[in-house]
Amino acid sequence: MSDKYEPIIVGFLCNWCAYAGGDLAGVSRLQYPPNMRVIRVMCTGMVHPELVVNALQKGADGVIIMG
Amino acid sequence: MVECGRHLNVELLTLSEIIAVSGEAGDFTVTVKKSPRYIDMDKCIACGICTEKCPKKVADEYNAGISKRKAAYIKYGQTVPLKYAIDPKNCIYLTKGKCQACQKFCPTGAINFDDKEEIVKINVGSVILSPGFTPFDPSGLDFYGYGKYPDVITSLEYERLLSASGPCMGHVVRPSDGKEPKKIAWIQCVGSRNTNRTENGFCSSVCCMYAMKQTRITIEHAAGNDQDLSIFYIDIRSHGKEFERYYNETINKGVKFIRARPHTINPGKNNIGVQMEYLTEDGQKIKEDFDMVVLSIGLGAPKDAGDLSSKFGFNLNNYRFAKTTCFEPVKSSQPGVLVTGTFRSSKAIPRSVTEASAAAAEAAIMLAESKNSLTKNKVYPTEIDVSDQEPRIGVFVCSCGINISNVVNVAEVVEYAKTLPYVVFTENNLFTCSTDTQVLISKKIHENRLNRIVVAACSPRTHEPLFQDTLREAGLNGFLFEMANIRNHNSWVHQSEPEKATIKAKDQVRMAVAKVAQNYALTRLKVDVVQKAMVVGGGLSGMTAALAFGNQGYETVLIEKGDKLGGNALELLQTYKGEDIGEHINSIIENVENHEQITVLKNTTIKSCSGSVGNFTSEIVINGSNSGDSEVKKIAYGVGVIATGGKASSTTEYLFGTDDRVMTPLKFDKYLKNDHKSLQDADTVVFIQCVGSREPQRPYCSRLCCTHSVKSAIMLKEINPDLNVYILNRDIRTYGEREDLYKQARDAGVIFIRYEPNKKPNVYKKDNDIAVEIYDPILMRNLRIFTDYLVLATGVEPNDAKDLMDIFKFGVNEDGFLNEAHPKLRPVDMPVDGLFVAGLCNYPKPIEESVTQALACVSRAGVILAKQSMELDAIKSYVTEKCDGCAVCIDVCPYMALTLEEYQLNGSGRVVKRIKTDPALCKGCGLCQSACPKEGIMIHGFTLSQLKAQVDAALESVI
Repeated sequence: MSDKYEPIIVGFLCNWCAYAGGDLAGVSRLQYPPNMRVIRVMCTGMVHPELVVNALQKGADGVIIMG
Repeated sequence: MVECGRHLNVELLTLSEIIAVSGEAGDFTVTVKKSPRYIDMDKCIACGICTEKCPKKVADEYNAGISKRKAAYIKYGQTVPLKYAIDPKNCIYLTKGKCQACQKFCPTGAINFDDKEEIVKINVGSVILSPGFTPFDPSGLDFYGYGKYPDVITSLEYERLLSASGPCMGHVVRPSDGKEPKKIAWIQCVGSRNTNRTENGFCSSVCCMYAMKQTRITIEHAAGNDQDLSIFYIDIRSHGKEFERYYNETINKGVKFIRARPHTINPGKNNIGVQMEYLTEDGQKIKEDFDMVVLSIGLGAPKDAGDLSSKFGFNLNNYRFAKTTCFEPVKSSQPGVLVTGTFRSSKAIPRSVTEASAAAAEAAIMLAESKNSLTKNKVYPTEIDVSDQEPRIGVFVCSCGINISNVVNVAEVVEYAKTLPYVVFTENNLFTCSTDTQVLISKKIHENRLNRIVVAACSPRTHEPLFQDTLREAGLNGFLFEMANIRNHNSWVHQSEPEKATIKAKDQVRMAVAKVAQNYALTRLKVDVVQKAMVVGGGLSGMTAALAFGNQGYETVLIEKGDKLGGNALELLQTYKGEDIGEHINSIIENVENHEQITVLKNTTIKSCSGSVGNFTSEIVINGSNSGDSEVKKIAYGVGVIATGGKASSTTEYLFGTDDRVMTPLKFDKYLKNDHKSLQDADTVVFIQCVGSREPQRPYCSRLCCTHSVKSAIMLKEINPDLNVYILNRDIRTYGEREDLYKQARDAGVIFIRYEPNKKPNVYKKDNDIAVEIYDPILMRNLRIFTDYLVLATGVEPNDAKDLMDIFKFGVNEDGFLNEAHPKLRPVDMPVDGLFVAGLCNYPKPIEESVTQALACVSRAGVILAKQSMELDAIKSYVTEKCDGCAVCIDVCPYMALTLEEYQLNGSGRVVKRIKTDPALCKGCGLCQSACPKEGIMIHGFTLSQLKAQVDAALESVI
């Protein structure tokens, strides 16, 4: 890893909105930092709190749920 | 759009136009000219390199000309089919013979400058025309200065400025100096309701709402900055569902509504901004500066309307819209040719979508005999059972030409994938999505006995169905598959950080591999469809739906609570187009009652409903009011249409109920029909609009009263030209071509007087005469009118649907009107799958729109009814052994898909409770999964364990 602090963020993205938004960001070539790891879900409602705790325990610096 | 593009039974012909038509309904031959695209659709992978390399810039029509596009282009990001095209009028090579930059750089060799025009002949049974509209060009109205002053723009241009995908990404800047405008004016009815300098006498019916929407989005975008926004209007026409509420909210947001028609726009200093001149209602002459002016332009008939009408041989109306009747609103005058959307008259999205479905229903009725004779179905080999096999994962990494590989080190990703657990095969493809790669994937699956596949490429939202199809063709279940989105979510958005992008791509592949290892075969549940329909409500909407089902050969039960069919239409006189309603309704009643596919049950109510889409069962009570001979019967049906109707509201205002001369419009229709004598003797008739409507206790507009009163006023003037007719109103809302009636009424001498809710008319009796006192804002004084008849436009209320709400579990809005699944995109579907809504129970509407909605219901329902069985989505909830019946999930399930059931524990005889899920109702949202404290309920394909595997894999590099 580089010297600079590079957080790792786990993102849960709703298939129908945020994930689609991510796709569109690609089509539009909007540049953003490569720190997020995306997990696609069919609805952010399915994200169990345990998954969030689990991610933080395993070392994620942040969890973002977008939907 | 994507669904349409991918549908097996829909063939898209783009860049095409109709050049000739022959034949007749049931057997048309349509000759189509396909213009060359100069890009091979099979080879184009929509990477956009042709656009990037193309040196020719032209005005972008998608952004209303306010930005540039290239000569090699797609119209916008979501274009279907997602294939680029070369615009031959602007391409340098095609016009001057030099350039070919796109050809040089296209990674797939898709550019074909030798592409030729093609003529194809298509044999069809019916034709649906929806060519859209032509926006009004305000250049001819020189007093607005459009085209002369940069800060005068059209509403369509403003729409693009506001759009996040527009030329300034939604941050509005004015054209003259690129600064953010603070003070903006909208001028309504530019190119609508105007027979002075244009020929567009009609109301475009959408501009009031879109102008309000534009002000609201402007306020949202400029949060914190004080915006000074004004809408200059003649009448505000917020006559749709929830529109009046939106209007009130817009007023509350501080948008000024000024009843005035600005007559002159002068340029601001240095041609920046404008100065506008207008007269207020009280006669003041005002000069006001604005940063920018938006002209709310109308929607006219499409340019090629005349051409289409002569080719197909149907009639247009006086505004060159396709002419139809109120009873058959989507049928043109040429049998077999259907017309929809703004081609019929200017309208907003919900009605356009509804009409499109209605046209599909009419086509289906017409072609019912040959149903399914040309439909295509795909057959797959038997699936290999892999449940006992250890995962053998194949990873295919796509370069996407250079779209991925010029940022992500694809070779490194491939090498890395080899090290991951269960991965036995990896490969890099130039284009994993190409047709030849599908053959290759299939081959590799067999050679290497692969039982799980990962494709690292673009988005599963666009490409998962393609690869799932490849798996199925290779004998694998389509769900033994995952995608790693290393293009849209990686190479395209991290272009300047190739190293980090490569690390991310590896992580993405690792996450996909971790998940796919846990994937298992899923089957789409097939449910048998009861190919019968139930229609609730025997008014015009219900009967129209029943007939449309019956005429397609579907058995239909029509349930009516009362003792006769016909509903409100029995009391109506004429449509706004002057068609006789009574005659029509009687013939429909006769058709319905004598139709061999339709069972009419009068005096019947519904007691219960169980089951779900395709498979409902209801208990119905026949003759419920007659307790002696009532009969309870069970009926099974696949779809239901709810058309429970509405009724005229009553009132206690304006002496109503105390004097027979004060009446509702429905009662007055009877006078108009039967009692011409007393009307000939009368001296004055006064109509009061918005009685009890658009007021806090009933805030919506009933949409049809203005037209009804105006139409009645004209009829009165025809019966007795000397009669004094007054219409006291708040705004006249004769939308669409109904505006002609408004003009006709004024020409006939009907007097329109406007009142504000704080200065309502005062009605009282003086001696035995009815006096109406009203403040006239034009004369600026009170008038007193003695009238022989006072007609109160009391509006429409929905019939009480509370029982049905409980039975069918659907919802109503604040005013009690039944809700649709999506107000714009699914306007006749109800939130409960398999149920549809039409007519007044959904919102007040005239006959034409009720008929359209009823037909649309039948079309939407036909999607379910057409097949004997229906495949459900595979991503659904399932209950695990850990469920202990605590029932927490039942409360959170938004689709009522979960129930608690009792069952006997094996052998012990002990009865325990456990959740049961109804896959037909479940939408796979997973709220149950996240609410369950003990892993008792999961979603197939997204189980906690699968998601955890992804989380762990994502963070593997951290630990």
